[in-house]
Amino acid sequence: MSPQPQAAVGAPLSRVEGRLKVTGEAQYAAEFDVDGVVHAVIVDASIGRGRITGVDTRDAEAVPGVLRVIHHGNAPRLPYRDNSNGSNNPAGRRLRVFQDDRVLFHGQPVAVVIATTLEAAQHGASLVKVRYDAQRPSTDMADAEADEPTRYARGDAEAGLRDAAVRMDLTYRMARNHHNPMEPHATIARWDGNRLTVWDKTQWVVGTQTELATVFDLPMESVRVISPFVGGGFGSGLRCWPHVVVAALAARETKRPVKVVLSRKQQYFGTGFRPSYEYRLRLGSDRRGRLRAVVHEMDAETSSYETFDEAIMLAGQMFYSTPNVSQAYRKVPLDVNTPIWMRGPGFANASFAIESAMDELAHRLRIDPIELRLRNEPAEDESNGLPWSTRRLRECYTVGAREFGWHRRNPKPRSTRDGDWLIGLGMAAAVYDPGRMPAQARVRLDADGTAVVEAASSDMGPGTYTSQTQVAADALGLTMRTVTFRLGDSRYPRTPPHGGSMTMASVGSATLDACNKVRGQAIELAVEDEESPLYGVRVEDIVVRSGRLHVQGDPTRGETYQRLLARNNLTHLQANGSYAGPPDPERHSYYSYGAVFTEVGVDATLGLVRVRRMLGVYDVGRIVSPKLADSQALGGMVGGIGQALLEHTVTDHRDGRIVNADLAGYLVPVNADIPDLKAIYLEGEDMQADPLGVKGVGEIVQVGVASAIANAVFNATGRRIRELPITAEALL
Amino acid sequence: MSTELPESSVPPPTAVDEPSSAPTRRTFIATTTAVGGVVVASGAIGGTLLFDDEVAAAEAPPESRVSLTVNGTRRTVTVDNRTSLLDLLREHFGLTGSKKGCNAGACGACTVLVDGRRVNSCLTLAVRLEGAEVTTIEGLADGDELHPLQQAFIDEDAFQCGYCTPGQIMSGVGCIQEGHTGSPEEIREWMSGNICRCGCYVKIVRAVEQTAGRK
Repeated sequence: MSPQPQAAVGAPLSRVEGRLKVTGEAQYAAEFDVDGVVHAVIVDASIGRGRITGVDTRDAEAVPGVLRVIHHGNAPRLPYRDNSNGSNNPAGRRLRVFQDDRVLFHGQPVAVVIATTLEAAQHGASLVKVRYDAQRPSTDMADAEADEPTRYARGDAEAGLRDAAVRMDLTYRMARNHHNPMEPHATIARWDGNRLTVWDKTQWVVGTQTELATVFDLPMESVRVISPFVGGGFGSGLRCWPHVVVAALAARETKRPVKVVLSRKQQYFGTGFRPSYEYRLRLGSDRRGRLRAVVHEMDAETSSYETFDEAIMLAGQMFYSTPNVSQAYRKVPLDVNTPIWMRGPGFANASFAIESAMDELAHRLRIDPIELRLRNEPAEDESNGLPWSTRRLRECYTVGAREFGWHRRNPKPRSTRDGDWLIGLGMAAAVYDPGRMPAQARVRLDADGTAVVEAASSDMGPGTYTSQTQVAADALGLTMRTVTFRLGDSRYPRTPPHGGSMTMASVGSATLDACNKVRGQAIELAVEDEESPLYGVRVEDIVVRSGRLHVQGDPTRGETYQRLLARNNLTHLQANGSYAGPPDPERHSYYSYGAVFTEVGVDATLGLVRVRRMLGVYDVGRIVSPKLADSQALGGMVGGIGQALLEHTVTDHRDGRIVNADLAGYLVPVNADIPDLKAIYLEGEDMQADPLGVKGVGEIVQVGVASAIANAVFNATGRRIRELPITAEALL
Repeated sequence: MSTELPESSVPPPTAVDEPSSAPTRRTFIATTTAVGGVVVASGAIGGTLLFDDEVAAAEAPPESRVSLTVNGTRRTVTVDNRTSLLDLLREHFGLTGSKKGCNAGACGACTVLVDGRRVNSCLTLAVRLEGAEVTTIEGLADGDELHPLQQAFIDEDAFQCGYCTPGQIMSGVGCIQEGHTGSPEEIREWMSGNICRCGCYVKIVRAVEQTAGRK
């Protein structure tokens, strides 16, 4: 077939679901009007570790409207079939709600109150008296023992360090962060006989479906998960958390549809978080700044019952040319709930350590930070010898330095002032390993010339609805208005998790495949149809525009889908499409890249840090939806500003309680914190990556932001802060 | 939440022109925390404790009738006195455009206009809104024609997930009406009660600025 003209892909279109979102009509999980729904409120453990010795539910049950109180003493045993390879469950034994008397972390669900009104359920939950045999929890990484490390080595890092002309030993610490999507996690569960339907906030309807099927021992087809709108996720929706099971259990026990909405506070222990890290780097270089050896030691928190793992090691293996590398990644089990990936997982933290260290090395050797990075640019992926698919980091530096005005930076710290403000410029490089996983989609082209594409995917904000419609519209040769993309239903063709920057590459490639097939069917039909003006034309010579098939270069010779289908007495054409995932073994090393530049002001007496401007330049392959991709990049910068300057989940180690489990105590950026931000995507595509030539946007845009800010703070003040968030106290 | 309150303590209807005199849920809760403090000190354990054991009587919670206008429609309802305006809108009226983000007045997702002023509906008790005029995101468009700020949000791509969006737009309408749109810096300050976790602030400011400029 002839390649299709690209009318929609690459065009700066507005969101197709925009009207629903600005009018309040978009329905999020808790907002579905399910007939007869009742409310459930979860009671959280008030100890950090121990056993439940008694649950007194009498007062709660006496509250008018309370239907039932369920806890480990009266809950049915649930099958909890093994699902250790599914649903993003980490290795370990997942938390089983109300199945025993053990408390594994502060805030663990210990009971649920179901009532006819929300007020009654909330009041009832406040009256459940749980007695405990409490133990002191272990929640401080500094005092806990780590698991056996995951290791990586090439060359002889210790010998390399010994022989290096320049050596540095640096330890960085990064706080625990919570995703805090604006929409609280919520689930409505309804049973119809043995069939379970849940309306859920999730980034993976298939994962939630699988988890519920295994927990309740149901066939997959008996569980339906519906999630058309997700009010932000950033990773928090990548697992099926205990409250989803609670909702389903409560609905089954009360024989009523049940709604559970986590409170903002419950989000802090009812869903996961970006684990805190201690990241020690020992590096050695020659006098020109070329790295000879780097030793990475990474300690990260995990729970006592599951071992959370993320890609913290890759950046240290592939990003800079280094003959001798040694790594040890240790997880430290604590009495906390299990972490989960958060925007830029692994890389956003690794980059803070590595990119800060590169800045420290540049300063020590009096080399420009960009020049130092260029001297360490590898020709290939030194961890596996593979060539890069695309690696346009040099261009990111060049474009970024020019657009940002990097030459104006005075390399001498504390040399630029603006009134009370010390001004500093900083930069950092960014890298992310975007996912690509098998995905499916289906399309139906109707005789009226409209098409519907379906895939189980999600849209937590990046614009899946819009970008998939763009891909489908071009592949079908239809206008945006005549294509509808549907997602967020486990009855649609299976897709991978909506995270890890893999949706565009994976689901998009499946959409492309399905739509190409249907266009091909129509073209075949036309060239073999004696009554078609396209009869006998070579298939490769036909393109479709605005629903009309015609000869390439001769728009007058052709006909519409409507006429073709009507004449052939066809109500529709349809096809299933798929994407098989990357080649195995991989032939290329495939990463997205970026360079982040920022200017900060630090109040000389107060230690207050304000970001004054920021620029990100990205090599992420083709941009399908430029307007939305721009928003995503600016949003990633805002997330990075939070990580750098504000976000810090604080635990009281005496009882494991999170002391700032709300949006007043856990600070996130607000409008007044954010200056003008700018993003530039390098034009081009990565055709080694996937059929669309995309590398994903959502993660890379947060990577490097915190390190760029820390480096700018150093340039402003001469103070090197190696701990996130960078607070005023640290600078005073 | 107030089973022991004497009848006389049920607040009288608030006059339409005195919305600021109505206690918010924050002040209401503040007046009850002394009770909660006693319970916590007595060593009871469990979830959030605000009441003494004996308070948990099997009496129906006090309810009140309230008449208010929502998006131009007069509605009279009997509500549990504990019900916030936000829960009244979402759980009773099916107006789910106003969002619950934190239920503590910290995020602004629940912002609506009450008698023309922007308020956090999660901190506003429904029973105190006798005679009030409430405008939610569902009442902003003129039929099929979007409010200029709604259209500006679409045009500027001032949202991603969309969950904070109704609150941002209602807050933006208030911000424009208040005249706090003299500069981007002023808009940033006066829109800082509305958190956007997707990080659309730059574009929210643009949308508000453009809409204000058209007036």
